[in-house]
Amino acid sequence: MLVHSIFFYFFSVIAIFSSLMVITSRNTVNSVFFLILDFISVGCLFIMVGAEFLGMIILIVYVGAVAVLFLFVVMMLNVAEQKQSWFIGKKSTHIPTGLIVSVLILLELLVVVGGWKYKDNVMSSSTLKLSNISNTHQLGLVMYTDYILYFQIAGIILLLSMIGAILLTFRQRKGVKKQSYFNQISRNPSSSIELKEVETNKGVKIDA
Amino acid sequence: MFEYIQILGQEVYKILFVLVPILVSVAMIVWLDRRVWGLVQKRKGPNVVGPFGLLQTLADALKYIFKEIIIPASANKAVFVLAPIVTMTLALVAWAVIPMSEEFVLADINVGVLYLFAVSSLGVYGIIMGGWASNSKYPFLGAIRSAAQMVSYEVSIGIIIINVLLCVGSLNLKEIVFAQKDLWYVIPLFPMFVIFFISALAETNRPPFDLPEAEAELVAGYQTEYSGMMYAMFWLGEYANILLMCAMGSILFLGGWLPIIDIYPINLIPAPIWMILKILFLFFLFALIKAIVPRYRYDQLMRLGWKIFLPFSLFYLVLTASFLFYFDKLPKGNF
Repeated sequence: MLVHSIFFYFFSVIAIFSSLMVITSRNTVNSVFFLILDFISVGCLFIMVGAEFLGMIILIVYVGAVAVLFLFVVMMLNVAEQKQSWFIGKKSTHIPTGLIVSVLILLELLVVVGGWKYKDNVMSSSTLKLSNISNTHQLGLVMYTDYILYFQIAGIILLLSMIGAILLTFRQRKGVKKQSYFNQISRNPSSSIELKEVETNKGVKIDA
Repeated sequence: MFEYIQILGQEVYKILFVLVPILVSVAMIVWLDRRVWGLVQKRKGPNVVGPFGLLQTLADALKYIFKEIIIPASANKAVFVLAPIVTMTLALVAWAVIPMSEEFVLADINVGVLYLFAVSSLGVYGIIMGGWASNSKYPFLGAIRSAAQMVSYEVSIGIIIINVLLCVGSLNLKEIVFAQKDLWYVIPLFPMFVIFFISALAETNRPPFDLPEAEAELVAGYQTEYSGMMYAMFWLGEYANILLMCAMGSILFLGGWLPIIDIYPINLIPAPIWMILKILFLFFLFALIKAIVPRYRYDQLMRLGWKIFLPFSLFYLVLTASFLFYFDKLPKGNF
C-alpha cells in the first residue's frame, strides 16, 4: 500500500505541476510539451486505479494522436515568438472572449456536477458482474448494452464534426497536375513516343 | 522496508535480464542489416572487426562515445538533449510486455497490445522534439514529415490490430499467441500481415519510407544537428524500434514462440529460440527491402496510407467480423 500511495502522489504532483506549467509557460511549444506530460500522468493515474483500458486509450488517442497534431500546428505557426500582451499591458481582444468562454464552461461544469446522479442500479446491473472479468470486457458489456444509444449518438456527433472540419477547409483547386496511376501504367511506347523527321533550317513543332 | 528493497532488487535483476540482451542484439542487428545490404549489392559489407565483422557495431559505438557532443547555440537545450533520451527510452520500455515464451515475460498485463500500440505511437515525440529543438531548417522539415507519416500509418496499424483482436477476444499478448495454436493468423489474415509489414516499415522510418531522413533532400532530417553519443542514441532507439515491430509482427501473425508444427523433434527446440528466429526472419525482410526498393515520393506515401491501406484494412475488418459471426466462431471470452 505504501508503494501504491508513493506512486499516486508522484503522478498527481506531476499532473498538477504540469497543468500549471501549461498555462504559465511563456513558450507555446513548451506549453504543449507540458500538456503531453499532463496527459501521460493522468493516464498513469487511470492505470493505477485499475482502469487500464481507459489509461491506455488516453495514451493512444490524446498523447499519440491529438497532442501530436497540436504540436504540429503550434510549431508550424511559430507562435513562440509572440509576446503575450497580457503581461505587457497592450490591449488584446482575445482575453475578454476567452474569459467569457471559460466562465460559461465553468457554469456548465457546475450544473452538470451539481445534478450528477448515478444510474440507480449501476452496481447491480445485470450486465455488470464485477468478479474476475477484465476491465475491457466490463466496459464493453456496459457500453454495448445499457448505453448503446449514447454510444452511437457520440459516434455520430464525432462523425459530424469530422465532416464539418473537412467541409470548412476543403476547396477545389484548379490547375493542379495530378498523377493518374492507371494512365501511367497502361502507357506503352507506341502511344507515348513519336519519331519525327527534322528538316534542315526548319525545325519541328512539338507539344501540338 | 527490507522486503521492498528485496523485491526491488529482484525486479531490477529481471529488467536487466531483458534489457542487456536487447541492447546487444540491437548491435548485432545493425551488423546484420549492413551485411545483408552489402550482400544484395554484391559487396562484402562490414567484415574486418572481429569474426565476420561481428564487432563492427561495438567499434562504431566506441567511436561515438569518444566524439564531442555539439549543441547548437540557437537550439532549445533542454528539449534538444531530451529528444534522443525519449526515443531510446520509449523503444526499450515497450519490451516489458513482449513474451519470449510462456514464462519468460517481464509484465504480463491485460492490455498488452494496447500498451505496445501506445508506446510505439509515442515514438514520434523523440523525432518531433529533436527536429524542433535543433532550430534549423532541415531537421524541422524532417520532423514535420515524420510526424505526418507516423500518425497516418498508426491508423492502419490500429485497424490491423483490431482484426487480430476480433479473432482472439483478448488484449493479452500471451492469449493472442495461445489462440494461434492451431492456425497462425498469417494464413487467414495474410493481406493484413502484408499491410502490417509495410506500415511497420513506415512507422519506423525505414526505406522505402525513410523520407524524414531523405539525404538527397533533407541532409539527414531530424538528426542533422546531432553528434556523438546523442546521435548514437537516436540510432539505437531506431533499431530497437525496428526489432520491436518485428516482435509485434511475430506475436500477432506468426504465432509468437510456438513451433511451426507441434511434432516430436521440432518441438524440442525451446520457445525463446522460435521467437528469436521469427523476429530474425522479419528483420531479414526489413533488411532486404532496404536494399531492393527505391524511396517513395511523399505524396505517394500519403496516398498509400490513407487511400489504399486504410479503406482496405477497414474492409477486411468487416469481412473478418462477418465471417466469424456467420460461422459462429466469435471468441466467447472467459466469463
